[in-house]
Amino acid sequence: MASATGKTVARLSLIVVGMFAFGFALVPLYDLLCEVTGLGGKTGDAVVYDQTTVEIDSTRTIKVTFLTQTNGGMPWTFWADAGRLDVHPGELHTITFQVRNPTDRVMRGQAVPSVVPGRAAEFFHKVQCFCFDSQVLAPGEQMPLTVKFTVDAMLPSTVESIVLSYELFDITTEEDAAATADLASTASGASRNSSQQPSGDIGYE
Amino acid sequence: MSEASHHHVPAVHDDHHHGPASGLTRWLFTTNHKDIGTLYLWFSFAMLLIGGTLALIIRAELFQPGLQFIEPEFFNQMTTNHGLIMVFGAIMPAFVGLANWLLPMMLGAPDMALPRMNNLSFWILPFAFSMMISTLFMEGGGPNFGWTFYAPLSTTYAPPSVTFFIFAVHMMGASSIMGSINIIATILNMRAPGMTLMRMPLFVWTWLITAYLLLAVMPVLAGVVTMMLFDIHFGTSFFNAAGGGDPVMFQHIFWFFGHPEVYIMILPAFGVVSQIIPTFSRKPLFGYDSMVYATSSIAFLSFIVWAHHMFTVGMPLAGQLFFMYATMLIAVPTGVKVFNWISTMWRGSMTFETPMLFSIAFVVLFTIGGFSGLMLAIAPADYQYHDTYFVVAHFHYVLVPGALFSIIAAVYYWLPKWCGRMYDERLGKIHFWLSFIGVNITFFPQHFSGLAGMPRRIPDYALQFADFNMISSIGAFVFGFSQLLFGYVLIKAIVSGRKATSRVWEGAHGLEWTLPSPAPYHSFTHPPKVVEAEAHS
Repeated sequence: MASATGKTVARLSLIVVGMFAFGFALVPLYDLLCEVTGLGGKTGDAVVYDQTTVEIDSTRTIKVTFLTQTNGGMPWTFWADAGRLDVHPGELHTITFQVRNPTDRVMRGQAVPSVVPGRAAEFFHKVQCFCFDSQVLAPGEQMPLTVKFTVDAMLPSTVESIVLSYELFDITTEEDAAATADLASTASGASRNSSQQPSGDIGYE
Repeated sequence: MSEASHHHVPAVHDDHHHGPASGLTRWLFTTNHKDIGTLYLWFSFAMLLIGGTLALIIRAELFQPGLQFIEPEFFNQMTTNHGLIMVFGAIMPAFVGLANWLLPMMLGAPDMALPRMNNLSFWILPFAFSMMISTLFMEGGGPNFGWTFYAPLSTTYAPPSVTFFIFAVHMMGASSIMGSINIIATILNMRAPGMTLMRMPLFVWTWLITAYLLLAVMPVLAGVVTMMLFDIHFGTSFFNAAGGGDPVMFQHIFWFFGHPEVYIMILPAFGVVSQIIPTFSRKPLFGYDSMVYATSSIAFLSFIVWAHHMFTVGMPLAGQLFFMYATMLIAVPTGVKVFNWISTMWRGSMTFETPMLFSIAFVVLFTIGGFSGLMLAIAPADYQYHDTYFVVAHFHYVLVPGALFSIIAAVYYWLPKWCGRMYDERLGKIHFWLSFIGVNITFFPQHFSGLAGMPRRIPDYALQFADFNMISSIGAFVFGFSQLLFGYVLIKAIVSGRKATSRVWEGAHGLEWTLPSPAPYHSFTHPPKVVEAEAHS
């Protein structure tokens, strides 16, 4: 192989390696772009709410609507205690959702949030959210889920209404499935919680 | 001299240097660019027939509404594999085969720069495609998620055979990358003295740019199928929203590869017709420099328009506008090219041999495909056309009478140089007219059914689309079976064609035509002198 050809091949191989790496670099770049622009309504991580420094703008009222959905084959029931809330920018609010596992096995769920309109996402701050963790529910168990949030006073004035949506996914792992087997062997049918059920009580033994 | 004891040695030695080895090993171990070009071309012809068979199964099912022959699950496997085989098995290897045969002869080089790697990059392909096609016979069936293999269809909901599909794509990618490195190294380092970059034939130019596109995007394709592999087997969540991933990201990464890929399939076609039209117009190519710059512009733009394939995913207005305008901008350099081809023919002493007929059909029908592409580029209109038969009509117009016609034209044009014999002109013309009529009967009605709202990738359809689909299916069978005639014309020429002259075509220019026909097994072992008359095409 002539040395000129060798050099060309070396340079071209660098392009190949670089572009393979670039393909994977697109993953964090994609997240970064969504975070910067609020595309897809992606909300950020937990923020600290300091009552002494936050100013509450009581001249503005923002209508916040809560939506819940379950994905694909997720059998859990999932609902918000209140469908809507009127808030002033800067106020701290606590809302609760309820989730219930009607199956006879231990399952793990993960909620993924999204905010509409997308440009409001960066002004919607969550101080505490169940979506930061996954939830494990025993057969028939119901669990209240809490979100503490505040809307930034910097929210563009054209935004009068925000929709916060949670999509619940089934991410049951093999360990969770093993817990079901344990449960069956100890023959325990008790449940820890049974408050606020939307429809008739379903027996869970 | 000990002549008596070693008398056979010189003969063996001569064979090794002056002609091909005999038997199967010639093809297995060959490092000769002409042999490898031949292998690539026959391989892609075989893939064309297999992919075409799948297309005819699809068209047979769609001949009438309702389910006649196959189950919807199998129908999905047919559309998926038809697309994959035609894109990666027929069109791309055919262009690599043409590059192998022609680049050294056009540049005055003795062979490709990396002959051993050349052998490897071909011989990967039969294994890759055997693996992919074998999935059709596996439990759960073959790939059924469309040739674009969008996640989560290709991950969460894929058949178990998807892993074989992923490895097949990896192998095809490795083959393309090695082929591209070889082509660029040949063009940059192996040109005869006097063959400056701006004196290269346009087929060489378009392949140089195509090879760079391949190097830039095949690794991204390898990356995206690797992510799928990890999502399926190793518990990652690149495309799984439950784990913090995003299925829409799959579409972005896929089309970052996919859009340059469509230019990979059409730029060498531009090169081919830019060689053929001047020959049969008996005029030099109009606007050589602008052709080079237009090709480069198209290649650059191909990297910044990918999201026009996904206007309906819910993109912000600014994104839709950007991708819409950037896409429409591609019409400018493409328009320059069409203008140049027509200007080359303008007042030329034209004759209409088979390669010229296919090239003129290319210019006309590719332009129709380009116009429907412009319609699809308009974001608000695309909301109506998205995933309908209008899209199917569009990309088949640019790929079948576009890329495929140019390959057929190239084979007719250079076949006498390759095998030293002429094809039967009368049969060639019959093949052309059957193909031309067949392709239009097949794909033109699909514009109408698409505009009327018929979705793509379905085995059954509403009754109002019945007539258009029946016409389409009849055209498909005419077109499909006329390619068997193509095979017959080729074999007849190779076996018993009239002997060809070294120039073959009266108006042909370029170094390959200074070689005898058939081109000797080893050509330009000493660099030729490049004269102005043989520069450009």
